[in-house]
Amino acid sequence: MAAHLKKRVYEEFSRVVQIPHEEAPAKKLRLSKPSKSAALHIDLCKATNSTDALQYLLQFARKPVEVESVEGVIRILLEHYYKETDNSVRLKIASLLGLLSKTNGFSPDCVVDDVINTLGNEKSHQVLAQLLDTLLVVGTQLPESPAVRPRLVEVACKLLSDTYFGVRNKCLQLLGCLGMVDTPLAKDSDGPSSSIGGVRDVQSIISNYFSDQDPRVRTAALKAMLQLHERGLKIHQIIYEQACRLLSDDYEQVRSAAVQIVWVLSQLYPESIVPIPSSNEEIRLVDDAFGKISHMVSDGSWMVRVQAAKTLGSMLQVSPHFLEQTLDKKLMSDLRRKRTAHERAKELFASGEFSSGRKWADDAPKEKLDTNTVNLIASGACGAFVHGLEDEMFEVRIAAVEALCQLARSSPSFAEKCLDFLVDMFNDEIEEVRLQSIHVLREISTHITLREDQLDTVLAVLEDSSRDIREALHELLCYTNVSTKECIQLALLDLLKNLNKYPTDRNSVWKCLKFLGSRHPTLVLPLVPELLSTHPYFDTPEPDMDDPAYIAVLVLVFNAAKSCPTMPALFSDHTFRHYAYLRDSLSHLVPPLRLPGRKQVYSLDSVDPGCGSGSVESAKLFLQQSLNRVSTIQNLETPGAQDLLNFTIRDLQRLGELQTELAGAADFCATYLRCQLLLMKALQEKLWNMAVPLCLKQNVTATAAAQQILEETYKLEFLYSGLESRQVATIHHVRLQAKALQLILTARTRPGLDLLISSCEKFLQEIESFQRMFLTELPHLQDGFVDKLLELMPRLLSCKPVELVKILQSSLRQSGLLQLRLPEQIHRASATIIEPTGESDNPLRFTTGLVVALDIDATLEHVQEPQDKVKVQVLYPDGQSHVIHPKPADFRNPGPNRHRLITQVYLSHTAWTEPSQVEVRLLLAYSSSSSSPSSSIKSGWSDSIDGLPPAEAAVEGTIPFSKPVKVYIMPKPARR
Amino acid sequence: MPEIKVTPLGAGQDVGRSCILVSIGGKNIMLDCGMHMGYNDDRRFPDFSYITQNGRLTDFLDCVIISHFHLDHCGALPYMSEMVGYDGPIYMTHPTKAICPILLEDFRKITVDKKGETNFFTSQMIKDCMKKVIPLNLHQTVQVDDELEIKAYYAGHVLGAAMVHIKVGSESVVYTGDYNMTPDRHLGAAWIDKCRPDILISESTYATTIRDSKRCRERDFLKKVHESIERGGKVLIPVFALGRAQELCILLETFWERMNLKAPIYFSTGLTEKANHYYKLFITWTNQKIRKTFVQRNMFEFKHIKAFDRSYADNPGPMVVFATPGMLHAGQSLQIFKKWAGNEKNMVNPFPEQRKLDVKMQVEYMSFSAHADAKGIMQLIRMAEPRNMLLVHGEAAKMEFLKGKIEQEFNCYMPANGETTSVITNPSVPVDMSLNLLKREMALGGPLPDPKKPRAMHGTLIMKENSLKLVSSEQALKELGLNEHQLRFTCRVQLQDPHSDSDTLHRIYTHLKSLLKDYTIQHLPDGTVMVESIVIKVSSSAEDANSKVLLLSWSYQDEDLGSYLSSLLKKGLPT
Repeated sequence: MAAHLKKRVYEEFSRVVQIPHEEAPAKKLRLSKPSKSAALHIDLCKATNSTDALQYLLQFARKPVEVESVEGVIRILLEHYYKETDNSVRLKIASLLGLLSKTNGFSPDCVVDDVINTLGNEKSHQVLAQLLDTLLVVGTQLPESPAVRPRLVEVACKLLSDTYFGVRNKCLQLLGCLGMVDTPLAKDSDGPSSSIGGVRDVQSIISNYFSDQDPRVRTAALKAMLQLHERGLKIHQIIYEQACRLLSDDYEQVRSAAVQIVWVLSQLYPESIVPIPSSNEEIRLVDDAFGKISHMVSDGSWMVRVQAAKTLGSMLQVSPHFLEQTLDKKLMSDLRRKRTAHERAKELFASGEFSSGRKWADDAPKEKLDTNTVNLIASGACGAFVHGLEDEMFEVRIAAVEALCQLARSSPSFAEKCLDFLVDMFNDEIEEVRLQSIHVLREISTHITLREDQLDTVLAVLEDSSRDIREALHELLCYTNVSTKECIQLALLDLLKNLNKYPTDRNSVWKCLKFLGSRHPTLVLPLVPELLSTHPYFDTPEPDMDDPAYIAVLVLVFNAAKSCPTMPALFSDHTFRHYAYLRDSLSHLVPPLRLPGRKQVYSLDSVDPGCGSGSVESAKLFLQQSLNRVSTIQNLETPGAQDLLNFTIRDLQRLGELQTELAGAADFCATYLRCQLLLMKALQEKLWNMAVPLCLKQNVTATAAAQQILEETYKLEFLYSGLESRQVATIHHVRLQAKALQLILTARTRPGLDLLISSCEKFLQEIESFQRMFLTELPHLQDGFVDKLLELMPRLLSCKPVELVKILQSSLRQSGLLQLRLPEQIHRASATIIEPTGESDNPLRFTTGLVVALDIDATLEHVQEPQDKVKVQVLYPDGQSHVIHPKPADFRNPGPNRHRLITQVYLSHTAWTEPSQVEVRLLLAYSSSSSSPSSSIKSGWSDSIDGLPPAEAAVEGTIPFSKPVKVYIMPKPARR
Repeated sequence: MPEIKVTPLGAGQDVGRSCILVSIGGKNIMLDCGMHMGYNDDRRFPDFSYITQNGRLTDFLDCVIISHFHLDHCGALPYMSEMVGYDGPIYMTHPTKAICPILLEDFRKITVDKKGETNFFTSQMIKDCMKKVIPLNLHQTVQVDDELEIKAYYAGHVLGAAMVHIKVGSESVVYTGDYNMTPDRHLGAAWIDKCRPDILISESTYATTIRDSKRCRERDFLKKVHESIERGGKVLIPVFALGRAQELCILLETFWERMNLKAPIYFSTGLTEKANHYYKLFITWTNQKIRKTFVQRNMFEFKHIKAFDRSYADNPGPMVVFATPGMLHAGQSLQIFKKWAGNEKNMVNPFPEQRKLDVKMQVEYMSFSAHADAKGIMQLIRMAEPRNMLLVHGEAAKMEFLKGKIEQEFNCYMPANGETTSVITNPSVPVDMSLNLLKREMALGGPLPDPKKPRAMHGTLIMKENSLKLVSSEQALKELGLNEHQLRFTCRVQLQDPHSDSDTLHRIYTHLKSLLKDYTIQHLPDGTVMVESIVIKVSSSAEDANSKVLLLSWSYQDEDLGSYLSSLLKKGLPT
């Protein structure tokens, strides 16, 4: 019963994947289908009226057609087309022609003539449009065909004068997709293209339709122009004026497309000069376009507003004068100039006074305005972002925030100005917008220093009940510069309040204070006595060391003390003791300090990571030297090689611990060398000279070694990011060696001939695929194992298995150690489970057969696409293991190369007599086929073709990449 | 010339008792029917005697449209319909129809029961009046009669506020009512399509103001309330029952939710409670956020806001109370104020106290208002692209400024109460054209009609029973049962020519043949020359053989050629 229940529960609450131990080889089936053309022909002949025919065609369209019979089917369809009188059937046939032309492997140029012929005789406008659509499909299938393209363009030009909008639309689309790419060339060479058939410039033809009477055609014309741009044609500047006029079109889709065109032109010709109408002045085109697009931020349609707001963000060439106008808002009240709340806040801050709203009308307007100077009709960029940020639709607001961010990143002065507005957005009604604006502020925070009143507003958000918001804000505070010591105090107080209200934020708050301290040592200094509550005369009680708030204060102080040598003098005795304790327990938060008379505290850390870039350089040098030393090993049998490897591995591991920046690289090298060491041990001389039955034991170790090397190579390949193909080749090379070793061992132990032959063949295939994959890298692999094998390849292919094994054995032993070349940056993927901590002694009790949800909170570093790769494994004491895929929404991305996984896993088990521990850890899934670029392309008609078998049988597996955490659980038997 | 006349009976250069008469295309429409808050005498209601001295208004008005439920826009409605007398249709949106009677009833109670006025409308009258109301949906075109149609647009401001587009034929007027171009916590921004009306009648309360962003105000408000609550103080927020109260509730409710606050928020019972009920119902009229999330949770079902009881005021600990009325001059808000004023921890927001009272509590002033500011008005103008502008619902001095700004682009009017503004329109007259004729004309010209150029064409205009038709002349003859008449011009030309008649004719023939190369010229055996369809005959005059008389005859269609020939022949033949 319980088991049954449990099964049900799993089905409902989680997706559990059992790791398959053995994969049965999939059987390949090739289904041959009866020719479809014949069947279609019969069906169509049977059809008595148009409705029937339409039904048959609809049914036919549901099933795919194989490549061989496409041609036949098209003939039959065309034949029927000529006979058919009903428009709808002809329409369907035309659309089928288009679909069929898309079939992979079918060259549709034979369709073109027929379709163009039918165009001439067609009366129905709808069918005409559909036929043109078919031509469009054909045209996009054959983009390079010199014969087809001019014909299609010609057809399109001819039909452009049709009265039906659909036909004109399709013609414009055709022109956009296929219009002469060589027209720009025609200018300088006065070339043949312009003379052929007197084809006019496609751009001017398209731009004629900018003023078509039908809005749909206008849109299509604009889109076609954009298409031309996307295909790499240079759009002429002449259409700028026309496009600007379309910005005030009655129809939103036209305006939206016009915004895009204007943007494209502003990027193409930013510096050319355009006149301002009704005055003699002239301005840069990009500024003009910026003003016009800004104007669209207060458009009537929100789609256009989103489009405009997004577009503004990418116009980085705009002059600062125009940029700053976007935040301009002149307030007035009863025709008197009024200061904005932002300005008032600033003044209050400057005057050192901190009260507002206490006086009646303290925001009362003062100076009188001249009516002539007030500009009500927003011209140009005036206040575009002010409008965008206050918009009704959150899509517009988000777009505006993003645009602000992009612009602010490139202009520090603008960043300073938009600060107030971004801070205002922290109070938006939609969480997404709030979060986005916090992220944005973080991104531009290098440019800005927060004032006290601004910081105050920012800190108010720390009480938000949403964890994402709070953590984003912590992240922001990590990067923030503040101006006064009061700010530091304010921030500290609010963070402590936050810690008090939401204790789970502990780590995040501490980390935040770490950065705050190390950024502002001089501001923290005057606060130290107060923070540590020391007193010149009196001894104050020693604070509780386990209090998270006290730790938070200490983290702030110690990090500030790192670059402020005078600070430790202010510490009292217990502070030093606490320092020693925290330095050990929270070493990632507390930096090493040079404390007077306390040298023993940091004497261990002789290679101080804080000593600047010099140490990194020297560490790099050391790494390189170690690698060079190893490379002196000629081949695997060099005496003393093992010791050298052993020492180098030890050195590298220590280096990785000391120098965090090189940890990835050092680790990578060490693992690689360990593989080599294992290989060396397995190949030791004495092992191989003994008769087989005598050395069973050694055989076992060698087999284990081979297996381990294989596993390590997968780790090397998939756990590290930043690898180049050269390193990957080296890793594969090691893998090949391990596989050779396995083969040799197989040959020695089990002389069953069939098995041997098949494994030999497999090995040879692997060599070939290696050669194919790393053709460019082969020169670097000289003197390696593969190099030797490839020389002997012709012999290997012909010789017997036994001989092959012998060759392998000798070349394995003689081949040299490949030198490892390090890439620029190499990072090891790592994961830390923050929660559960594994410290709890209280078991999680639940009724058997039901589930208990376990909250998991983990940080992942240097993991690409964690949504697909990271899994949670739960290991029960009875050896059962479950793998759970977290939902994509559970991953957050707080910073570059960092991810955060906050999810719940559901545990369940049959009843236990006493509580016991389950292990939870994170796995990184890999699949060797995923590294090849063309993974799977699926289209509607191609399912009849089996995808090519991957070059190498895909190896899938998982690498545990976090420390396991133990969780105490207790499933109780259900009470009946 | 056709014209549109606009006469404000109220709200002309004034705020209060909005009531505007519009006559357009022969239809008379009353826009809003409000009362003035400032008066207790006859000036309270619009002067309906302007329309007619005696008798009912039904004969003079085609319809009445109410833009929203504020009393200065609907307060005089029962008086007009029941006491003055009007039985025609009254249009308003669904929320307005729901909330309007509550407010009217409340207004009646205060006036009659508290102030003891007589000769005022009764509850029954309100009910009867509401029976005449026809509800409107947004963007729904309603045919009032065959010619008059109205369409409502979203206006923000308060729940159910609408702008109306009134159209007769091709003439149209847009009346905005009160509107707001910046969205707030519970309502969206006003929106209208590019309907290009002849007149846009806009409110102009904030004609001389450009406001700061809403966010600063909200943040300020929340911060002050939050600080006061954290100190353990009590916060009193005097509000009017409807409109801003709901906005502030939503604001506080979401803030409480976000910040995980526990202090209670109370709302004075009565009117507001009833109104909140309707806010819950009319979700489609609220802003994006409320509309999108109401499936999970209706924002107006407050979690933290509860109904207030008098005894709660003495409860210890922090609390926030919304109390009516907003002026703090009477009622619950005053009572609570007196109770709390002694403690400096407490806070009131936003109106000052005039009597002597030892006020230790903090007083903060905030204003939340939902009218479009000067920029908002301009934005609406840009959206609608009207041909003329008419300002109402604002102070004359402020309007002057905005008028000046608008007149840089087009005409702007600001009539006072009782003053009529007329705007001349040139409405386009739609004419049905027969398809055959259209096709024929299309075939003559280019393939596509150029929308920017007018084109001349031949046809017959038939006016029959109020409909206009343009058909080809043949069809017109057939339809009207008329025979076709031919109009011919004849003309005699005296010519000195010594030859015989037939010779002269031949000479004319050769002469014309040499000159007019592109025309068909025939010499017919019956003694005539035909140039196209023009007939030329020769006869010698009785007295003088040498002088010949040429007889030219041509039909009306060939007028050009005919007159050319006659002038040509007058010059004589070449010798």
